[in-house]
Amino acid sequence: MRGILTVFRKEFFENLRDRRTILTALLLGPLLGPLLFTLMLNIVQQQAESRDEQSVKVAVAGGERAPTLLALFAERGIVVQPVQLDEAGARRAIAARDQKAVVIIPAEFPTRLAESRPAQVSVFFDGSSEVGGSDAVGRVRATVNEYGQRIAQSRLMLRGVDPSIMRPAVVRSVDVSTPKARAVLALSTLSFLVILAMFTGGLYLAIDSTAGERERGSLEALLTTPLPRAHIIYGKILATAAYMLISLVVTLSALAVALRFTRLEDWGMSVNLGLPQVGAMILLTAPLALAGAGLMTIVASFTRSFREAQTYLSFVILVPTMPLALVGLLDLKPTVAAMATPSLSQHFLMTRVLRDETPFVWEILLSAGVSLALGVLLAWIAGKLYEREAILG
Amino acid sequence: MMEARGLSKSFGKVQAVREVSFLARDGRITGLLGPNGAGKSTTLRMLCTVLHPDSGEALIDGHVVEREPIAARRLIGVLSHASGLYPHLTGAENIAYFGELHGLSRAESRRRADELVALLDLADCASRRAKGYSQGQRLKTALARALVHAPRNLVLDEPTNGLDVMAVRGLRSLLDKLRDAGQCILFSSHVMQEVAMLCDDVVVIAHGTVVAQGTPDGLRERAGEPGLEDAFVKLIGSGEGLG
Repeated sequence: MRGILTVFRKEFFENLRDRRTILTALLLGPLLGPLLFTLMLNIVQQQAESRDEQSVKVAVAGGERAPTLLALFAERGIVVQPVQLDEAGARRAIAARDQKAVVIIPAEFPTRLAESRPAQVSVFFDGSSEVGGSDAVGRVRATVNEYGQRIAQSRLMLRGVDPSIMRPAVVRSVDVSTPKARAVLALSTLSFLVILAMFTGGLYLAIDSTAGERERGSLEALLTTPLPRAHIIYGKILATAAYMLISLVVTLSALAVALRFTRLEDWGMSVNLGLPQVGAMILLTAPLALAGAGLMTIVASFTRSFREAQTYLSFVILVPTMPLALVGLLDLKPTVAAMATPSLSQHFLMTRVLRDETPFVWEILLSAGVSLALGVLLAWIAGKLYEREAILG
Repeated sequence: MMEARGLSKSFGKVQAVREVSFLARDGRITGLLGPNGAGKSTTLRMLCTVLHPDSGEALIDGHVVEREPIAARRLIGVLSHASGLYPHLTGAENIAYFGELHGLSRAESRRRADELVALLDLADCASRRAKGYSQGQRLKTALARALVHAPRNLVLDEPTNGLDVMAVRGLRSLLDKLRDAGQCILFSSHVMQEVAMLCDDVVVIAHGTVVAQGTPDGLRERAGEPGLEDAFVKLIGSGEGLG
């Protein structure tokens, strides 16, 4: 036991002096991740806003011929810029990119309307350009349709016909998500980020204490000390797990701070990430650290060099993390099997906390129990691995 | 005292060591002499519990290495072929860490490290991180690390590789000191002059087997050659791989 502690202490403090370890454990994953995440969230938010609320500018020729339509344009956030253009002029203006879209209301529009004949409105745009023209066109089209519908309705009523005859089938869409649940969907990648950052935190130490030790030529000296080899590797795994936990704490704290700078509330969402939630999420995720450290240590032990270990491990850490980026989209249920799956269970527990739900006791115990048991098993396997002479490569 | 009794070891189809037997006695420096690839390192690694022999036994002070590896490791200090240090620890910390691994208390380990720093003349670099050490400083620190638990037996695998003349002289005087204190020292080399100057006993090894053993003078006599180099070439049967 004292030997394990000696190895742990040395690995822990030696790596504190290593700039590369500190960079990956404390800066890269834990701080950069939340920053990017917040940035991404803000961009998504802004895009959604611009689609719904931002006004679009449209050039209109002959607007004086349809004042009611223009009024409806204004109501729907379409800013009308009066121009004097004929068809050829409109084409030129679009080609020269002076205008994104030009609406022409022809001279016969009022008369045709009055005679109850289809009155045409032309919209000129460049379908190959993606500078927002199609958005404007879509809004113009929808508004003209709405205008048409209104006129059709009044015409039917004038003739004593119920306008609803024109709408034999209608769609009723009901969004039942609460603001909080909507926020969780947006934040469903948070668990992915947290667990990825946690693994990244231990990555460097897992490599340094195995492949690095061999590459440097210090492994043989270490293995000729009277400490049981399994104890040496237990110390290393524990040090890796400790760095993962530090990374976990920093990541979640950074996320809690970073999310204060997103305007999720404006978007009808409230995020539940205060101090108690951060604490709960740390405790619920922590049992995964041992298994992660064991996994990375074992894989790194099979590689011949630091570089090789880095290559393999960057793939290996995708195994427990990548599925998490997808579960949010796949609508998976927190079943018993899911709760008995390390990494997945931590995802569900974190999501529960974010949703302001209290996880069931059986969920917590099953998740922690299976994760810890896997960690112990992997540590044991690593110990056995170091009893073999092939470990010296 | 270290003893090899009929040690054999294969790696796949390659038989690295075949029926190697010799005795390294206390208070003497025993040299394992042979060309590159003769099986010196493999033999030493079996003695210091890193490799398991296919057959035969290695004994450290009477303990069979295969049966009691932990007891054997307590009794030997090893300077292996690749003796890397931890770059972010200072020299003294590197030494003290191994003291703790050998079961010494932290205070005791630090005291031993300071002793060895003085003994090996490492004072000018011992409080610096090992990252920028010269080859000589690295080797001396690794040697101090091997001596931290004051082992009765010392195994050195090609310790003079890459050292300049002054460093080799320093090493020689240190080994003499340890030998006079009654330690059992076994070291490997492919350089004849070194072995001739340093060793009390020589074990000549070639193609994985022991071809001759005895004192340097005895070997010269046996081969009927006045110089040890010629004797060596005659004993191993060719001039192949001599460094």
